[in-house]
Amino acid sequence: MIEFKNITFRYVEGQESPTLDNVSFHVKRGEWLSIVGHNGSGKSTTVRLIDGLLEPETGEIWIDGEQLTEKNLWTIRHKIGMVFQNPDNQFVGATVEDDVAFSLENKGVSHEEMVSRVNEALELVGMIDFKTKEPARLSGGQKQRVAIAGALAMNPDILILDEATSMLDPEGRLELIDVMQKIREEHQMTVISITHDLDEVALSDRVIVMQGGKIESDSVPRELFAREESLIDLGLDIPFTTSVIKDLSEKLDFSAAYLTEKELEEELWGLLSKM
Amino acid sequence: MDKLILGRYIPGTSIIHRLDPRSKLLAMLIYIVVIFWANNMITNALLLFFSLFSIWLSGIKLGFFLRGVRPMIGIILFTTIFQLFFTGGGEVFFHFGFLQITRVGLNQAGIIFMRFVLIIFFSTLLTLTTTPLSLADAVESLLNPLKPLKVPAHEIGLMLSLSLRFVPTLMDDTIRIMNAQKARGVDFGEGNLIKKIKSIIPILIPLFASSFKRADALAIAMESRGYKGGDGRTKYRLLKWKSIDTFAILVILIIAMLLFILKKS
Repeated sequence: MIEFKNITFRYVEGQESPTLDNVSFHVKRGEWLSIVGHNGSGKSTTVRLIDGLLEPETGEIWIDGEQLTEKNLWTIRHKIGMVFQNPDNQFVGATVEDDVAFSLENKGVSHEEMVSRVNEALELVGMIDFKTKEPARLSGGQKQRVAIAGALAMNPDILILDEATSMLDPEGRLELIDVMQKIREEHQMTVISITHDLDEVALSDRVIVMQGGKIESDSVPRELFAREESLIDLGLDIPFTTSVIKDLSEKLDFSAAYLTEKELEEELWGLLSKM
Repeated sequence: MDKLILGRYIPGTSIIHRLDPRSKLLAMLIYIVVIFWANNMITNALLLFFSLFSIWLSGIKLGFFLRGVRPMIGIILFTTIFQLFFTGGGEVFFHFGFLQITRVGLNQAGIIFMRFVLIIFFSTLLTLTTTPLSLADAVESLLNPLKPLKVPAHEIGLMLSLSLRFVPTLMDDTIRIMNAQKARGVDFGEGNLIKKIKSIIPILIPLFASSFKRADALAIAMESRGYKGGDGRTKYRLLKWKSIDTFAILVILIIAMLLFILKKS
C-alpha cells in the first residue's frame, strides 16, 4: 500500500545530519502501524512526506501502486486523511459541521451527500450534539474529535494520525481508537499513527521506532515491550504489566518479559496454584 | 469588550432573523445611502419610524440598540455641537462671542444627530440578527458577480470566515500571554504614555510570532485536506433566496423612492 524507498530529507540545505537518513519501510493494506520515537527523530517528517506536504531529497514514495509525483499529488491526497496534533490550528470551519465538511467541499462532493456524510462522521466520534457549535466553545479533546471526524468523513484509504489523540483523556482515547479499529476493519483502512501512548502502541499491528532520522527497529508491539528499560530512551513508558513482572521477578518465575494484563492475570493464577 | 454591541449576534427566530444574509446586507447598503438623503423633518421622521418598525419586527429589545449608541455618544455629541455652534446662516437665536446658534445650524445639527443614530441602529440590527459566518457568506456571494473584473471573491470570503473563526482563539492567546508576562513582572497600564506603549511590546511580539505559527499550521492542515483554491469546490452552506427577501428589498426600494421625492432639493 505504502512503500517508502530510501528516503533522505533535509529541511535546510546543507543541514549536517539529515532529518531522514535513507529510510525505507513498507505498510500493507489494512495494517495499523505505530511510529514512536523521541522529539526530532523524524516521525512527523515521515508522515508529511507520505501526504506530499514535503518533497524528499532522494528516494521514492509509492502509494497504492503509484509513485507520488507532483501530477498525481492531489488525487493521492484525496485518499489520505490526516489529523495533526494541535486541534486549534487545523480547525478551518467556523462551526463543527463546517469543519467536517471542509475536505468534502474541496473534493467537490454534492450538497446532499455532504450533509449525510458529515452527520455520519460526527455520529462516529460522538460529537453530533455539538454540530452547530463554534470551535471556541469546545475543549481540546472535543476539537480533536472533530478533526478526526473531518478526516473520516472523506472515507480515506489511509488515515494518518500525527499525535492526534494527545489531548484526549485515557477513556476518550480508548473509545476513539475503538471506533477507528471498527472502521478500519469495515473499510480495509490503513492507519499510520504517531504516538507516545502505550495503549495505542499495544493495539497496533506493527511498531516502527525512529531515532535520529533512522529506523531503529521494526517489530510487533510484544517484541518492543519486551525491551523493558530501553523503552524510556525511545520516548515511551514501561507498560504497567512489565513493571509488575519486574517487581515480582525476584520471588516468582515469569514465562516472558512482556504480558498483556489478561495474560499476566492468568500467569499469576497459574503460579498461585502451583505454590 | 462587553459594551461593544456591534458585531454581537443574538439568536432568534423573527422575520428579520430568517431573512437571507444577502438581502439584509444589500438592504443595509441601500438604507445607508438613503439616510444621507434625509434632510428635513418628514424624511427623518419616516426613516425613524421605519427603523423602529424593523427593530420591533426583530423582537430584540430597544435597550440593546440604545446601548449600541452609548460608546459612540461622545463622537455624536461632539460633531453635533460643532454643527450647532459653527454653522452660520438664517435667523440668529443666540449670540455669544463667536458662538452662535442659527436656524441653519440647528437644522444641520439635528440632521447629523439623526444620521448617526439611524446608521448605528440599522447596522446594529444587521449584526444582531445575522451570524458573522453567514455575513461572510453573503459578502462572498455578493462579490461573485464581480469575478470577471478579477475580484477574488472566494479568497475574500475565505479570509473573512477564517479571521472570524480565529478572533476568539487570538483573544485567548492575548490573555494567556498577558498573564504570563504579568507573572514575570511586566506592569500593564502603569506609568506615562511612553512606558505604557513600551509595556505592550512583550504582548505584541509573542502574539505575532504565534499567529505566524498558527497560520503555517493551518495552511498545512488545509492543504492536507485537499484545499487547492476556490475552483471545483462545492459548498456545504447554501444560501436560499426566498420571496420574503425579494419583498424586503422591495420595501427598502419603496422607502428610497419616497425619500427621493420628499427630500428638499
